[in-house]
Amino acid sequence: MAPDVTLDDIAAAVHDGCTLAIPVDYAGVAMALTAPLIRRAPRNLHLVCVPTGGMQADLLIGAGLVGTVETSAVSLGEAGGAPCFNRAVRAGSIRLRESTCPAVHAGLLAAQKGVPFVPMRGLIGSDVAANRPDWRVIQNPFADSADPIVAIPAIHPDVAIFHAPLADRDGNVWIGRRRELAAMAYASRRTFVTVETIIAESLFEDETVAAGVLPALYVEAVVQVPNGARPYGLWGKYPPQTDTVIRYARAARTPEGFEAYLADYLAGRCP
Amino acid sequence: MTPLTPRERLIVTIARLLDGVRHVAVGASSPMPAAASMLLRAQKLAAGAPVPKISILGSVRHNFFTNGGVELFDCAGQGRIDAFFLGGGQIDGAGNVNLVGAGEYPRSTVRWPGSFGSAYLYYVVPRVILFREEHTPRVFVEKVDFISAPGASPPEVQRSGGPYALLTSLGLFQFDKQRRRFRLVSLHPGHTLEEVTAATGFAFDVAPELGETLGADAATLDTLRGPVLDELAETYPAFAADWRASIA
Repeated sequence: MAPDVTLDDIAAAVHDGCTLAIPVDYAGVAMALTAPLIRRAPRNLHLVCVPTGGMQADLLIGAGLVGTVETSAVSLGEAGGAPCFNRAVRAGSIRLRESTCPAVHAGLLAAQKGVPFVPMRGLIGSDVAANRPDWRVIQNPFADSADPIVAIPAIHPDVAIFHAPLADRDGNVWIGRRRELAAMAYASRRTFVTVETIIAESLFEDETVAAGVLPALYVEAVVQVPNGARPYGLWGKYPPQTDTVIRYARAARTPEGFEAYLADYLAGRCP
Repeated sequence: MTPLTPRERLIVTIARLLDGVRHVAVGASSPMPAAASMLLRAQKLAAGAPVPKISILGSVRHNFFTNGGVELFDCAGQGRIDAFFLGGGQIDGAGNVNLVGAGEYPRSTVRWPGSFGSAYLYYVVPRVILFREEHTPRVFVEKVDFISAPGASPPEVQRSGGPYALLTSLGLFQFDKQRRRFRLVSLHPGHTLEEVTAATGFAFDVAPELGETLGADAATLDTLRGPVLDELAETYPAFAADWRASIA
């Protein structure tokens, strides 16, 4: 593992045009990386939400970093719609790669296996599929009669970022049952993780713990950031601060409100 | 005791629609489907019948998946999920659902979050219950502006799932797979066929035996307001508090 990496170093790895994978709200969002990313301001990012996006996606879109959003939804959950995403859709200022949750997982699985695509049921006849020329309807090669099935091409993010409870000094990360974080890392060229705690003893010492470990093999760097998912929660550690997300949702309703919020956010005046 | 409220009637109706399922999955912010699933489980338990499994997405307590977010979909693909719920910004008479937006895609004039898992689950979960309380022509349109998932598919498309029923604040429809249309089977008390027709932007059939949506007996109401409400409060505290206040 690279020593003494900072959040700004990770932000610097996210280059213009980078395909950036981020996890769903409840899986461990590396929120602490949001401000460094916006300060660094890479442009035309291709955001892959695994499989949906929330406040982090909305902040990056609002700050003008995002060119394309590949997702099955963007929402602030209980706090309502994602204001910057919705505005960008109406303005036509982002390209949409509309998806559905299992198709995002299928694309990552293909990359995980090093194969060009994974076939998937469903989708046929939907406008989700109609708007994805990169997906192909193929004939099941094993069927004797007509059996169309959709081939989902591999998704290869350049960079994946997420937040987890625990890592060791070797860069092994404990993800428990949040296996989509492993899928993101397998599929991505580079994976950067923020964690609550870094411990001295190896996570492979205890077989019970080892079963939930993403090996350092897939992880480029780990940075310790206590409460690094806030205002989102971290499973098993702390609940989401829904009030904060609601405050953001209200502020970001207008472009001016968003700019004011963002200024405070970058100055560290809101969590 | 406060008589059955409209909200409780919806919950007991959903529980009836779920009767016989082995495993029901409930979306993250769906307190009423969750309450209905818990009611069914409590009823089966009391009757000594097989108890349905309930998976509430995003919940820690009511979620026994260990393989990340993909497991729900894998589980559904394996035929292990019998029932699921979908809402949608628009639903049309052919059972097509739109969770993406109103107006011409991609620059939707009103954008909703997105299709989530619907473009898959609608095809592989046998009993998808469409649940949308707002019953207006804005929601129930002649044709959706974007098909997140279609109500029916051509015969060559392998599909084990699809729409089963549509429940709104006015009444209950069943989906007729052959005719690919909804059939109104009951009206909630105080509502009329004329009202439903006026509030529905698509044509639908009406069951000859159209009656009133069933209520609940005293034992069901006790279960609902006792153990179910307590259990629901763990996952949906705000909803449970509001419900408690409505029957106080």
